[in-house]
Amino acid sequence: MTLWYEDPIKLIANWLFGLMLGWGMPVDTANFVLTLLGAAFLGVVPLLFCIFLIWYERKLLGRIQDRFGPNRVGPWGIFQPFADMLKIFIKEFITPQGADVVPYNLAPILSVASVLLIWAVVPFSMTMMGVNLNVGLSFIIGCGGLGLLAIILAGYGSNNKYALLGGMRAVAQLISYEVPMVMSLLVPVMLSGSLGVNDIVQKQTVPYIILAPVAALIFFITSVAESGRAPFDLVEAESEIVAGFNTEYSGLKFGFFFVAEFLHAFTISLLFSTLFLGGWRGPFTDQVPLLGFVYLVVKTFIVYFLVILFRGSLPRFRIDQMMDLNWKLLTPLSLVTLLITALLANPLSGMPLLQAVALFLVNLAALVVLMSWAERKMPRKRKIVAKTRPLATPNQQDQLSA
Amino acid sequence: MLNDWLYVGVFFVIAMLLPGVAIAIAGLLSPKKPDPAKSSTYECGIETVGPSWVQFKAQYYIFTLIFLVFDVETVLLFPWAVAYNQLPFFAILEGIVFVLILLGGLVYAWRKRALEWI
Repeated sequence: MTLWYEDPIKLIANWLFGLMLGWGMPVDTANFVLTLLGAAFLGVVPLLFCIFLIWYERKLLGRIQDRFGPNRVGPWGIFQPFADMLKIFIKEFITPQGADVVPYNLAPILSVASVLLIWAVVPFSMTMMGVNLNVGLSFIIGCGGLGLLAIILAGYGSNNKYALLGGMRAVAQLISYEVPMVMSLLVPVMLSGSLGVNDIVQKQTVPYIILAPVAALIFFITSVAESGRAPFDLVEAESEIVAGFNTEYSGLKFGFFFVAEFLHAFTISLLFSTLFLGGWRGPFTDQVPLLGFVYLVVKTFIVYFLVILFRGSLPRFRIDQMMDLNWKLLTPLSLVTLLITALLANPLSGMPLLQAVALFLVNLAALVVLMSWAERKMPRKRKIVAKTRPLATPNQQDQLSA
Repeated sequence: MLNDWLYVGVFFVIAMLLPGVAIAIAGLLSPKKPDPAKSSTYECGIETVGPSWVQFKAQYYIFTLIFLVFDVETVLLFPWAVAYNQLPFFAILEGIVFVLILLGGLVYAWRKRALEWI
C-alpha cells in the first residue's frame, strides 16, 4: 500500500490503473494510457511552471538593477507573464521571404522539446521520476545536442545573414562548451559507477560538490554557456548581430525560444542540484519520501538564484575571449580533474572521510595552480598590432577664420 | 527496459506536440496581413545584398574538427568511467594514459595555433 506522503503520483496512477481495469480495458492498453497520461503531465507542468519562472527572473533582475521589476498586474506583478502570454498569442506570424519553411517552423518546437526531454530522466524524489534510464546522463547530453540543432535550424532557415551568423556562432560556442561539460560529467559517473541519474543520487552519501568541486564549477559554467544566456549569449548578441538566430521570428514562435531559454536555465539548476548537491537526499527522506521533493526544489532554487545572479552581474564575453576561456582553461582543467579523480578516488574508496578531504583539497589546489598559470600565460591586455595614430588637432588657420 | 524507452518515445512526441499545437492555435488566432515590405529580409536598414547563405571563415570548421576528436574520445571514456570502481589498478592507469594522450592532442592543437580566433 502506497501512502500519500510516499509517492502521491504513484497513488493516483495505481487508482487510475484499477479504474481502467475495472472498465474492462486490457492490461497493456491500460499501461499505455497510463504512460501517455504520465508523459503529458510531466510535459505540461514545466511549461506552466515556466510562466512563474519568467516572473521570478524578471523580478530578481529588476532588484539586481535597482528597479522594481513587474509590479502593476496583480499582487507583486505576478500576473504580468500571463498578460504577456495572452498578448503574444494574438501576434501575427511574419515569415521572411525565401525562408526554408520546414527548418524555420521546426526550430522553436525543437528548442522547447530538447529542454523538456531532460525532465524525463530527473528524479524528483526516491520514486517520483519520469523514467529511470540506465543511460540517463548520455540522454541528457544528447538532449543538449538537440537544442543546438534547433538553433542551427533557426539560423539556416531564416534566410537572414544575422540569423545565419547566430547559427554559426552557436556551432562554435555550444559545441566547444560541450567538451568540458562532458568531461566534468565523467567525474560523478566515475564516483558513482553508473550513468543512471537516480543511481548517482542514491550513491551520494557525500554531495559530489565536495568530492569534485572543480567538476561542479566547470559543469555550472559550461551548462550556463550551453543554455546560451548572459554572459555567454553571443548567439543572440543584440549589440553585434541584431538578435542572432531569432532575428526573423515573431509571435509565439519567438516566444517559444524565450520559454526554452528560461526553462533551460531552471533545468540546468535542477541538473546541478541533482548531480552535485545530492538531489532529493536529505534528513528523513527514508520515512517521508515526499520530503525529498521539497529538498530538491529548495536546492534548485538556490542554484537558480546563482544562475540569475551570474546573468545579472557579468558583461558579455567577446567571442575570442569565450573560445579562449573554453579551450585554454576549462578543457585542460576538466582533463586535470579527471586525472586527479582517477588517481585518488579508487585507492581511497575504503576510507570515505579521507577520500572526501583528499579529493576536495587536491581539486582546489589544481584549480589555484592552473588559474595562476593562466593568469601569467594569458594576459588580459590585447596585443598592440599598430602604433596609435596621433589625435586630430584643431587647425589654427580654421580657428582664426571662424 | 523496453517500457522505459517507450516512455521516452511517448514523451518526445508529447514534448514536440505541446509547443506545436500552441503555435498552431496562435496561428489560427493571429491576424494574417501579409505585405511584401513586412516579410522582406531584415538587414540593417538596407535591402539584403546578395544571397543570405554566405560563406564563413575556416576557423569554425577547425573548432568543429577539434570538438569531434574530443567528443569521440569521451564516448570511449564513458564505459571506463562506469566500470571505474571495479577496475584493477592497471586498467585505471590505462585510462589515465588515454587522458594524457588527449591532453597531448590539446597541446598540439594549441601549439599549431588552431585555438586562436582570428
